[in-house]
Amino acid sequence: MVNGSSTTVTPAIAIDTLRFNYGAKQVLHDISLDIAPREITAFIGPSGCGKSTLLRCFNRINDRIPGAKVTGGAIRIGGIDIARPDLDLQVLRRRVGMVFQKWNPFPKSIYNNIAYGLRIHGEKNRKLVDERVEYCLRRVALWDDVKDRLHSSAFGLSGGQQQRLCIARTIATKPDIILMDEPCSALDPLSTLKVEELLLELKKEYTIVIVTHNLAQASRCSDKTAFFYLGKLIEYDATQKMFSNPSVRQTEEYVSGAFG
Amino acid sequence: MDNPEQLIRKGVHHTALKEGAVKGFLGGLTWGVVLVALLIFGKICWDGVPTLLKPEAPFVDIGFLTKETETLHVFDDSAGTRHSMPASEYHAWVDKNGSAAVFNEQTYAYSGGGIAGPIIGTALLTLLSIVIALFFGVAAAIYLSEYAKQGRFINLVRLAILNLAGVPSIVFGLFGFAVFVLAAPVFTGDPADRTLLAIPLGFTYLSFQGWNSSLIAGSATLACMILPVIITASEESLRAVPQGFREASLALGATRWHTIRKCVLPFALPGILTSSVLSLARAAGETAPIMFTAAVAAKELPWANPWVMLQNQVQALPYHIYTLAARIPTSEYTQRAQYGSVFVFLMMIFIFSALSMFLRQRVRSKLKW
Repeated sequence: MVNGSSTTVTPAIAIDTLRFNYGAKQVLHDISLDIAPREITAFIGPSGCGKSTLLRCFNRINDRIPGAKVTGGAIRIGGIDIARPDLDLQVLRRRVGMVFQKWNPFPKSIYNNIAYGLRIHGEKNRKLVDERVEYCLRRVALWDDVKDRLHSSAFGLSGGQQQRLCIARTIATKPDIILMDEPCSALDPLSTLKVEELLLELKKEYTIVIVTHNLAQASRCSDKTAFFYLGKLIEYDATQKMFSNPSVRQTEEYVSGAFG
Repeated sequence: MDNPEQLIRKGVHHTALKEGAVKGFLGGLTWGVVLVALLIFGKICWDGVPTLLKPEAPFVDIGFLTKETETLHVFDDSAGTRHSMPASEYHAWVDKNGSAAVFNEQTYAYSGGGIAGPIIGTALLTLLSIVIALFFGVAAAIYLSEYAKQGRFINLVRLAILNLAGVPSIVFGLFGFAVFVLAAPVFTGDPADRTLLAIPLGFTYLSFQGWNSSLIAGSATLACMILPVIITASEESLRAVPQGFREASLALGATRWHTIRKCVLPFALPGILTSSVLSLARAAGETAPIMFTAAVAAKELPWANPWVMLQNQVQALPYHIYTLAARIPTSEYTQRAQYGSVFVFLMMIFIFSALSMFLRQRVRSKLKW
């Protein structure tokens, strides 16, 4: 295993020999990697390699799955071990946002979809909420499309718009890290392109970790890429190096399309 | 093709005969059942409609729906004319004409006046029971589908709840009688002799002496009866809400309860309410659970204030029909009350069912994800 993060910056997420089980089945084997702040890190690998599982560990959303648990190692976000018993899970999830594979806006209005997160965290000031909603929608380049129908259902938007709305919803709570679980896998190429442009724009402010099946997407927009295979981290390096000159043969086979 | 003549049938076609026989048999049975059902409904409507509906405006016999139940007096006057009138009118008539003017008098209990008492009683029983059942049922469904650790034990609990839905209603009636009528706790300064246990609290006693036969005991019994259906239907509605909503809400930092309250329950509620309307129809229609726990054949309106009302027996439509059918002799004078009550009752159930179907249709078209 090659650890490619040679920077001296404090990592946004530090994973230390992490082991993870679904019941008796171990799905992550001693994963260690550091994710640098304000970069896009892509997780690639064939289906079932554990990349989504790892991503879902970062905001502990895996907690809801019966039998799923970390059996060894630790994840530190900003230096704090997120498995601590005194961890405030609600604050962790506010600071580590997540965008899902299938866009899942709530069956509420566009406005309320974004205001939801703010209201959870106790924001009652109408004006502040209004401002934040507009800011978030502008941020995801959706404002001009929806400003006249903020109070109509989010389901009236196209798939790509709905996914961007979900991203807006995520940044509404001012996270530091955004986790994306195959955000474009169900989108058409044009919508995918828009989301990718958005990612490049967002990385100026946020640390982004993206799980993707789309190798071209990883090579287009990520700074670092981690390749997983059968629950193990095979290689982790700068994206350019991973795609042009990987150190491990398996990585080379995968990125060149020999398997996966 | 060799021998294309094989395609042409010769002689009697046995297969077609057999097919026809099976089709005829199954069809005959089906239409037989339909015919019997139609006959029952037809008879009820034929005899019930004249009681409730009138040819002239306002087309509905309002008196039948709004008057109290009374004894029907049938008699001849001195001129030989046959009169039939409810007790109140009869007494006025006797006051005016003297009792000597009454000949060949016959009385029919519960057959005069209207059925306001049973209608109000059934409405109260049903509404109260649905409120109780929804409170406990939705709480249980939320726990089972959202909080409980899924596994063998919870599946066993689910199975038990499902089986409870199949228990005969008379069993619920006896259960309600034993628990709510005879053993439920009340606060009283003066515990009854038959109390199971009286715990002194200083200023009063907590006495396990039951709520007597009363509106609240009947409603609680009915609630127990419809509870399994409500729990099962509520759980299904909760499960129908996509997991994505829950995950998205949790991922934004919402607590579990907040997620349920804002992102799951509102979208499950239409389904829950739709199925509870059906339970409403069932609760309104059952006689056995309220026989020993709440219902009484005759009761005067009005029933005082709500607090007293809760502790009192009520009339109820299904029980009223039972009384009319089983306790009094049938004659041409009792038909009006008998078929009228059944017809009103049937209409009530029909409206509930139609409402439920309409709601379900609307909810389905409105909530899509």
